[in-house]
Amino acid sequence: MVTIITIYAFLVVCLALSIWKSKEKTTQTFKLSAKALWNMAPSLLAIVGLVGLILGVLPPETISSLLGIEAGVAAPIAAAIIGSITLIPALVSFPLAGSLLDSGATVITITVFITTLLMVGTVTAPLEIKALGKKFTLLRNGLSFIAALIIAAVMGVILG
Amino acid sequence: MIIIKKFKAPLILALIYLGLAIWLPFTAQRSAAVAVNYIGEMALIIPPVFILMGLLQVWIPKEKITALIGKDTGLKGMLISFFMGTIPTGPLYLAFPLAGSLLQKGARTSNIVIFLGAWAAIKVPQLIAETQFLGPSYTALRFVLTLFAVIVIGRIMEKLIIIKDLPKIE
Repeated sequence: MVTIITIYAFLVVCLALSIWKSKEKTTQTFKLSAKALWNMAPSLLAIVGLVGLILGVLPPETISSLLGIEAGVAAPIAAAIIGSITLIPALVSFPLAGSLLDSGATVITITVFITTLLMVGTVTAPLEIKALGKKFTLLRNGLSFIAALIIAAVMGVILG
Repeated sequence: MIIIKKFKAPLILALIYLGLAIWLPFTAQRSAAVAVNYIGEMALIIPPVFILMGLLQVWIPKEKITALIGKDTGLKGMLISFFMGTIPTGPLYLAFPLAGSLLQKGARTSNIVIFLGAWAAIKVPQLIAETQFLGPSYTALRFVLTLFAVIVIGRIMEKLIIIKDLPKIE
């Protein structure tokens, strides 16, 4: 909620300045924004649809059982896959990770899960490609995936 | 016809939902609940993000961006990019159009990677939740390692990407 209020307050200040300085440029701004939104609308809708599908098939209880102590050596691998394809808000994923840790999941597993979740986005890749290009998207996600595994390994050694 | 082609992906997804509703109504219901929840969140945050992107494109001259986070801005550019990313905003995919505009305006690739990395993984409200559920030492360690990783990834990508790899904004 704080986020929404902050961003709208910032927007109102910027827009007021823009209108005050030049009406034409403000109109131009809205045209540009509308065009960009129209261009990205299909990807945005697809993201919503895919996230719903994935989380419908993989509710938090299922994720817990895939990443928990009973999953054994497969847990970090499952964590990397689930973290890379799903789009769970960070504020939901931390309590989930915390409860997993309490119930016996390893530091490596939950770190792989959190880090891939935050930095790697398969579902959002089409949108990223549209805005930043294929090469940028592949490199950023690929390197972030590798980094997630390294970060998890280091944290596992230090905190494990 | 053009519109159907443009919205091909969401239309296919809508058909999958329809199929699910017939054969796996429980899963369909759960999926639809998540999707509706997301649409609510996006409906509030998408308009300001796109208008701010438009304002950035119309009002901020290229020289300004280049001077702040461009090629020769060193540590200052990195810090500005980092702090821009940590400002509380929406999910990462909303940063992509902003990042694209900044790149077109002359931002340095490695700084944009830092911006996106900070936006994704190092946010203030997020760090508070992380400390609460996973403890301060976990949070501090992940923060330091992620920051380091993002800087390294930025440097690697800068070596591999040239401006012509970026999509054109008409």
